[in-house]
Amino acid sequence: MLKDEDRIFTNVYGWFDAGLAGARKRGDWSNTKELLSKSPEDIVEAVKASGLRGRGGAGFPTGLKWSFMPKEVKDKPHYLVVNADESEPGTCKDRDILRHEPHKLVEGCLIGGYAMRAKAAYIYVRGEFYNEAMALQKAVDEAYDAGLIGKNACGTGYDFDVYVHRGAGAYICGEETALIESLEGKKGQPRLKPPFPAGVGLYGCPTTVNNVESVAVVPTILRRGAEWFAGLGRPKNSGTKLFCISGHVNNPCNVEEELGIPLRELIDKHAGGVIGGWDNLLAVIPGGSSVPVLPKTICDDVLMDFDSLREVRSGLGTAAVIVMNKSTDIVKAIARLSYFYKHESCGQCTPCREGAGWMWRVMERMVRGEADIDEIDVLEEVTRQIEGHTICALGDAAAWPVQGLIRHFRPEMERRINARKAGKPVMPTAQAAE
Amino acid sequence: MPKLTVDGIEVEVPAGSTVLQACEAAGAEVPRFCYHDRLSVAGNCRMCLVEMEKAPKPIASCAFPAGDGMVIHTKSEVARKAQKGTMEFLLINHPLDCPICDQGGECDLQDQAMAYGWHSSRYTENKRAVTDKNMGPLVKTIMTRCIHCTRCVRFSTEIAGVTDMGMLNRGENAEITTYLEKAIDSELSANVIDLCPVGALTSKPYAFVSRPWELKKTESVDVMDAVGSNIRVDARGREVLRVLPRLHEDINEEWISDKTRYACDGLKRQRLDRPYVRKDGKLQPASWPEAFAAVAERMNGLKGAEMAAIAGDTMDAEAMYALKRLMTALGSPNIDCRQDGAAIGEGPRSGWLFNTTIAGIEDADALLLVGTNPRWEAALVNARIRKRWLRGNFPIGVIGQQLDLTYDYEHLGAGTQTLAEVADGSHKFAEVLKAARKPMIVVGMGALARKDGAAVLAAARAIAENCGMIQPATRDEDGETVPGWNGFNVLHTAAARVAGLDMGFVPGKGGADVAGILDGAKAGKIKLVYLLGADEIDTTALGDAFVVYQGHHGDNGAHRADVVLPGAAYTEKDGLYVNTEGRVQEGFAAGFPLGEAREDWKILRALSEAVGHKLPFDDLAALRQALRGDHDTFAAIDTIEPAAWGEFGKAGAFDDAPFASPIGNFYMTDPISRASKTMAECTEVFVLRRQPAATGTHG
Repeated sequence: MLKDEDRIFTNVYGWFDAGLAGARKRGDWSNTKELLSKSPEDIVEAVKASGLRGRGGAGFPTGLKWSFMPKEVKDKPHYLVVNADESEPGTCKDRDILRHEPHKLVEGCLIGGYAMRAKAAYIYVRGEFYNEAMALQKAVDEAYDAGLIGKNACGTGYDFDVYVHRGAGAYICGEETALIESLEGKKGQPRLKPPFPAGVGLYGCPTTVNNVESVAVVPTILRRGAEWFAGLGRPKNSGTKLFCISGHVNNPCNVEEELGIPLRELIDKHAGGVIGGWDNLLAVIPGGSSVPVLPKTICDDVLMDFDSLREVRSGLGTAAVIVMNKSTDIVKAIARLSYFYKHESCGQCTPCREGAGWMWRVMERMVRGEADIDEIDVLEEVTRQIEGHTICALGDAAAWPVQGLIRHFRPEMERRINARKAGKPVMPTAQAAE
Repeated sequence: MPKLTVDGIEVEVPAGSTVLQACEAAGAEVPRFCYHDRLSVAGNCRMCLVEMEKAPKPIASCAFPAGDGMVIHTKSEVARKAQKGTMEFLLINHPLDCPICDQGGECDLQDQAMAYGWHSSRYTENKRAVTDKNMGPLVKTIMTRCIHCTRCVRFSTEIAGVTDMGMLNRGENAEITTYLEKAIDSELSANVIDLCPVGALTSKPYAFVSRPWELKKTESVDVMDAVGSNIRVDARGREVLRVLPRLHEDINEEWISDKTRYACDGLKRQRLDRPYVRKDGKLQPASWPEAFAAVAERMNGLKGAEMAAIAGDTMDAEAMYALKRLMTALGSPNIDCRQDGAAIGEGPRSGWLFNTTIAGIEDADALLLVGTNPRWEAALVNARIRKRWLRGNFPIGVIGQQLDLTYDYEHLGAGTQTLAEVADGSHKFAEVLKAARKPMIVVGMGALARKDGAAVLAAARAIAENCGMIQPATRDEDGETVPGWNGFNVLHTAAARVAGLDMGFVPGKGGADVAGILDGAKAGKIKLVYLLGADEIDTTALGDAFVVYQGHHGDNGAHRADVVLPGAAYTEKDGLYVNTEGRVQEGFAAGFPLGEAREDWKILRALSEAVGHKLPFDDLAALRQALRGDHDTFAAIDTIEPAAWGEFGKAGAFDDAPFASPIGNFYMTDPISRASKTMAECTEVFVLRRQPAATGTHG
């Protein structure tokens, strides 16, 4: 369990002042000038050495990503884009950073931007996060006023601007290239890759898109040393992570923990346990709505990190732990996620545009058992036809929850179909509370 | 040059190629819908997925750059599964109404579903329905069939240069639309019909008319403007049902203008299908011998100088040549093919050609447009200019009207004063032209068909010479020829004009030009005027002259005529046409002339016998041989010999009036398009800006 002194986000609950003065008390901006006296290569190397993996869901090593940027600025400026379009159902960690720890992010922008020789950072905030955007803007303004960013940032002679941009509430704009399109004022549709943003990004310039949490932890990593960060967690899954625990737990919360903490410990220690006790657990979606669901048998001993969850054919994603106890209609829950992905598909490429709607419609029938057993296999095949065939990862995200359901809860789906065929009620009639 | 292996075949492709191009080079067929050679890559249909070894998932071959050492499989299980899956997704919400779909038989989706589809659908839910959109009088929409490939959107924004189309909404609610239920405001709009791989965008005038396999296809050349677009004429029986573009990289690529495509319904209306002779002030039906006799009777006793001939804008070269020979035999020097009175035709051939060539525009690096609206005068030349402009570093100056040309330009001035300034180098744009490596000037009929046309032409020549537009071919150290550059261009509006000028269909010694003929007719000095498809002159100014009209439509000329000789339209005769570049092209008959009408050269050959000056050719081959003997530019089909530079134009006083394009209505410029119902509808919508009242139920 994470010791208090190893916590990075010490104001994640907003108990203290989120402004510049409060942030300084917590150590932010304390020796930024000194950090910036290192060469960009050294910073990138330090981030690489820390083992920091992207906190937006895919878990790509952040330092490696930064190293893809051109080593010198030629005719086009470099940009850092921060993805604060946090829309994944179940995820609410960036939101707390934006409103309670905005200076960590702003300082991270400056240091990260310096490491990739960027001219400016654009922070793309989810449209619905009005108050959060205001809090962030306040922090940016404070940083400008204090000379921390802008011309001659922190007195280092390095000019760096930070812009806050609000989106309009489309989930797809959290995909990095769709985010860039949206930032450019176009319709938020993912771009084809290659070229990758590090070559051709915002306005055709080299760009790196990072998640809020990935950027916000960088100053602390540099202050306390890459070894410190790498020493937390498990090999290749190092550091701390903000977990968002929601659903059927006694105390839903955001909490910073070491990667690799057992799921059961996470839920029991921080979220007050599953409602009705651990044995009342049905399933957990461990990383936000897009990763496959895990049944209780796996939840009993799975560790919460990228590779452990990959081994059980799920994923850490954004570390949004959605807990479902036995009162949950699991088929309906996944059908609701299918509806979400159908609704949020951008419509650009065929498999996702057509397939997401198909899956949702079949799932709705599965909820009521209005299907044939064979159709479960068809549904599975449809998810395979979407997965990996689309421009961006939304197709995969739409397919995985359904795959997870079929993998672990096929008997439940078959039970409903058989019950309906036999003319019995598909769902047990609700019992009156005692 | 990356080397890669496709299905076991090693290919080497030029750097910058895509995997799809490499697959094609290896002879592997890759299905695709959204990909199109001439449009930007969208990569959204996902039909062209192929397997690349060492890649975790299949790649979209249309968008993926070919790299050295790649190993591609287009028919492996992974690739097949991906393609088949995509095809199934495309079909689940496609209505499968092929039996009532106009695209049937020439539908990419139909064809590829045969090769890559499942035998039947596993989709049992309700299909999506999409409301149809109003895209104007040309494009019919059945949007339920749309597969969202966005070819139409990319064409209209990239090539046509209008932002009228786009995709609204997202996910399965995404719809292709013109946003405001308005027509696509472009002369090239109907090309989206050809681009649409399914039956979502089809031809409105051709709706439910025919199936492709019922049509006889004839490859021919367009005469609606002087571009000489290559077309395919589709006819059923003798009725021309539609006109489609044919690929010619140097002229129209694979596009045609809406007029070229849709004026063909004018071939069915207002046609002259039998000879007429005016008796008692009224045109009465007559037989061919009667009509010839009436002409011969009138010609009898007339001196050569009392007769005149004017050739029209859509005539084939053979007919003009036959008429010229006949007039020469009759001793008349009064012939002219310049109905608008353009001051061109003297001096070397380079003085009336689009010397740079249309494809050559892409090599230019600065452009001056003088008195022309290329968007309406030659829509495909305009598309080339836009194509070049999109590549950047292409300053464009305009002297004349300020119009939306689909690209940015600097408006230098309205008329001759600015032209004179550029010519004498005092205007700053002259510096831009001089600084360019390959500058070009395009002079339109709006600047030349004026009283001071010769002076304008001289000034344009001065600009060409002063600004380094005339660069002769040279040899480099190795003795290799470095091609020269001729940046002087005349942009014609009449398909027949260059052929007429090339064969000298201009006044002979002491002869009158069009203005002179009209004046002479008014004054009674010219007693017989032969109009060969000439409808663009002021026919009321012909005085008491006896007018013979030979042509295919009952238009201005026929109304004034004393004898009407019914000829053939361009789809009904074999003929040579020379486009504005000086490129000779051969058109072919898609059907027979209507009723008693005949090919034009045959009429003239028959008439020549009736008036006692029998022309010395009995078939088209002999006529062409004679034509080529007299004028060797007609010898080579579809090639361009650079024309020698020389002196032309005549310095003189300028008129202060601003330049104005001769085309007031793009959709109606000749007898065929004036008779076309579709062109009338386009005129309503695009020129007169009258939107038909929405009924809520119409397409």
